[in-house]
Amino acid sequence: MLNRQLRQIDTSYFYRVIWKRFRSNRFAICGAMVVITLFILSFLAPYVTPYSPDDLDAYHVLLPPSSAHWLGTDELGRDVLTRIIYGARISLKVGFVSVGIAAAIGTVAGLFAGYYGGWIDQLLMRFVDIMLCFPTFFLMLAVIAMLEPSIWYIMIIIGLTGWMGVARLIRAEVLTLRERDFVLAARSIGASDTRIIFLHILPNAISPVIVTATLGVAGAILTESALSFLGIGVQPPVPSWGNMLTSGKDYLEFAWWLSLFPGLAILITVIAYNLVGEGLRDALDPRTQI
Amino acid sequence: MFQYLLRRLLLIIPLFIGITLITFVVIHLAPGEPVEMQTALSPKASAKTRERLREFYGLDKPLHVQYANWVKKMARFDFGRSFAPDGRPVIDKIREAIPVTLSINFIALILEFGLAIPIGILAATHRDTLVDKGITVFVFLGFAIPTFWLALVLMYICGVKLNILPISGLHSLGANKLTGLAWLWDMAKHLILPLGVATFGSLASLSRYTRSTMLDVFGQDYITTARAKGLPERIVIFRHALRNGLLPIITILGFSLPGLIGGSVIFETIFAIPGMGRLFYMGVMSRDYPLVMGILVIGAFLTLTGNLLADLAYAVADPRIRRGNTA
Repeated sequence: MLNRQLRQIDTSYFYRVIWKRFRSNRFAICGAMVVITLFILSFLAPYVTPYSPDDLDAYHVLLPPSSAHWLGTDELGRDVLTRIIYGARISLKVGFVSVGIAAAIGTVAGLFAGYYGGWIDQLLMRFVDIMLCFPTFFLMLAVIAMLEPSIWYIMIIIGLTGWMGVARLIRAEVLTLRERDFVLAARSIGASDTRIIFLHILPNAISPVIVTATLGVAGAILTESALSFLGIGVQPPVPSWGNMLTSGKDYLEFAWWLSLFPGLAILITVIAYNLVGEGLRDALDPRTQI
Repeated sequence: MFQYLLRRLLLIIPLFIGITLITFVVIHLAPGEPVEMQTALSPKASAKTRERLREFYGLDKPLHVQYANWVKKMARFDFGRSFAPDGRPVIDKIREAIPVTLSINFIALILEFGLAIPIGILAATHRDTLVDKGITVFVFLGFAIPTFWLALVLMYICGVKLNILPISGLHSLGANKLTGLAWLWDMAKHLILPLGVATFGSLASLSRYTRSTMLDVFGQDYITTARAKGLPERIVIFRHALRNGLLPIITILGFSLPGLIGGSVIFETIFAIPGMGRLFYMGVMSRDYPLVMGILVIGAFLTLTGNLLADLAYAVADPRIRRGNTA
């Protein structure tokens, strides 16, 4: 009972301090607002725009931005703004699912390697070393091109090739944490390894993962757009920012809006996630003074 | 020191086995038969022809035998023959492409370090001023801009609109008639855009790193001492702070290799540069298994070597490791 109360007081105070530190960072707040806006837009996409992303309109092909079509129309008469909003769904999904996979694998691997040490540590860390040797983009290309192109494969592959950094981070944290008194205390009252790892060590090791994951979302969005651009990512007619740029590049000379706006969408989103990530890093790092 | 060296060298063996295993598993997990690419297009190919092709490439054997054969051949630098119509040995194709990619990446790396470290220092010495903020925005833009998009826009502006730079390949048509400097200048013009794109995108991490390390070092006592002695700021920064702050950069150098090689797919494909990235992309698209496997292994091995060299350089540069104080 007392234990639970203590923990509640403790964590709520912790989060309040973090939030206060995060809030004082103007850039981070800007980034967070962009991210939240993107979420709202992509959830409410059908209500935000009067067009549908696949509405072909042979009479309004390649129109420049106007009051009817704010960001113009593409080569099939589809509204560019609508497709960018629906494309945001893909980007957010790819970002979160792939980073979720990477963070989960990396966290578990790092926890086990750091906590148990010995041959488990050796095995896992050598595996990390091997994975880090591969040019990630090569590995992804090889796998995805040989499978049927599908957004799920892309998310899984980005996740499977992106967990190594998290594993190293967590392991390093665990190595110092496992010698601390509270772990010893937990062990002395007979807590199981699983309980110690996930209940006592994990909560204390998680902050670098949050930062890396946030930055990882930005990276995953860039990767997805690059894969889609090479034609092995999200397949048309499903709109993704990457494949919009691919089809737009053929019309670069007389329809600049097809290339400009999806590119800007990627740019703004990636910057926003980075600002949030850096803000979180500063807020979570006890050494920085804000 | 010697022991450290030996251990690092011995570690290469299991790592290399791991690299080949992962490559092999990844490629053989893929559904579909590689020979289908060659037979699907010709209706005349009978089941018998297909069988013969499978036998020719050794695909009829069990997987572990295939793996053993593949590794055995690789030890003799034999990566098999490409599935492409020309059927040339994979190693020849890779040998042609590697120098292109490596030299471009080498120049990009020099540019990256030459630019990122000074602007990182500049940002640190002008902390929280307009200079610092401007640099932050600039490097963030570089990081966040999709490489392929920037490449396209630059191609359009410099190549099509203004027509001041060539946009594809490494040489102009008829460049082989040019000699000496003219030939070099022709190639340099072809490289400006790809190099610019590659460098701009990679500035962020290194310059941010330099900035934060320099800020850390500036807080150290020995910097205060140096300043208190009345040393000029230039010497304090470059001789006292920089030397200590930049040691870990050697490691960053090693780690940036796979990213550089991987990133070459994008700009080599866009700018039609005949390097490893484009070769790999074409291999992947035509399911040229031996080529894909060969490049994966060689790419990973290059990274492995790069990391090893970085570790050794670090050991040489850092007296604490050189004298064997650390395990």
